Amino acid sequence: MVLTGGLLVGGALVAGAWYYLTPKYSRVGYKPIQPVAFSHNTHVNQLGMDCRYCHNAVEQSWYSNLPDSAKCMNCHNQVLKDDPRLALVRESAATGQPIPWVQIHRVPDYVYFNHSVHVTRGISCVECHGQIDRMEEVYHAQPLSMTFCLDCHRHPELKLRPLDKITDMNWQPESPLQQREFGQRAIKNWKVESLENCSACHR
Amino acid sequence: MRYFFALFAVSVAAVIALLGFRGSHFRKPPLYIFPDMEFQLKLRPQAPSGFFPNGRTSQLPVPGTIARAVPVQTASGPVFPFEDAPVNTGWVVGTTNFVEHNPLPITSALLKRGQQRYTINCAPCHGGLADGNGITRKIGAMAVVANLHDKRIVEMPDGELFYVITHGRNLMGPYGAQVSIEDRWAVVAYLRALQLARLGEPEDLPPQLRTLLK
Repeated sequence: MVLTGGLLVGGALVAGAWYYLTPKYSRVGYKPIQPVAFSHNTHVNQLGMDCRYCHNAVEQSWYSNLPDSAKCMNCHNQVLKDDPRLALVRESAATGQPIPWVQIHRVPDYVYFNHSVHVTRGISCVECHGQIDRMEEVYHAQPLSMTFCLDCHRHPELKLRPLDKITDMNWQPESPLQQREFGQRAIKNWKVESLENCSACHR
Repeated sequence: MRYFFALFAVSVAAVIALLGFRGSHFRKPPLYIFPDMEFQLKLRPQAPSGFFPNGRTSQLPVPGTIARAVPVQTASGPVFPFEDAPVNTGWVVGTTNFVEHNPLPITSALLKRGQQRYTINCAPCHGGLADGNGITRKIGAMAVVANLHDKRIVEMPDGELFYVITHGRNLMGPYGAQVSIEDRWAVVAYLRALQLARLGEPEDLPPQLRTLLK
């Protein structure tokens, strides 16, 4: 009787820890309220803008920059120019005070993730950020845990795609076989080093 | 024993009711159970910080700072970004007259790059064909968008197009901060290709291609 009870309680504890104590639970789905209700769905999916119009330094920099509000004003000095939802953007562009966006995707401070090396070697935004072009409000879509990184680093050929499709969130390979062949060729041609040693990410 | 099972079921149900399921959306910041070294005393880009007086981690360089940079390879040799040269300003050296021709060697790689950068940065308003029918016009959100096939724009020297991209003009904002010098000249070159596609005459084509025209 004690044994059954112990097994049950123990099993429940293990199952609970397995289910809850990972970023798949603790981070996926994080959707903070942002100071401005910016919709990626409107700008990317409906209007067809490229990610790199706003995140313009992502191909050169280790982090994907948030645009300054002056960049918003390139269009919004005319588009919705008196809309109250954009009051903070106009104020920020006028005063130079940044908009206090809430960071969603964040790796620990001992992890050094480099955006440019991924997007210039055939890894799309969608692999880590999910279907961000369809998000009205951005939420954390992937766990971004260490095993999440390693799954891809061990089999990069499954994720590599043509370089002109990096910002196409809806691109699909023709077939799994074609993807594998393309990926293996790309690893060789682009010199993809999907490193698995500790110091690749931890320094 | 019966009480034990009941208690067990209730506590499992309570945990699930309290903690919910994976992937459900939530507003509050994630909980860090063992935040060992996850948050370190270092500055991350574009974050708030009490270290600097203006409260930001990303600081502008001191005025007069010269970027350590790779020179731009122009047709007449390498030029650094801090030099007073046509490739940096769009002007003939020592004047404010615009240079007539693109200082970069026009290659197919440059045009491809220009096409890509044009599509990212310019096409939203000016349209993929440069006729001013971008998405902002289509949704009726912008009243005036320049048609880049207008005579006045076709007749502009290359340097002026570069200058307008860099500093903006009328309602168009400056793109100098987000499109690099080489990319701006690549866009100018690609824009010239778009204009030629509309203005060109059959005689402009090499003879072997001319026969392909109907």
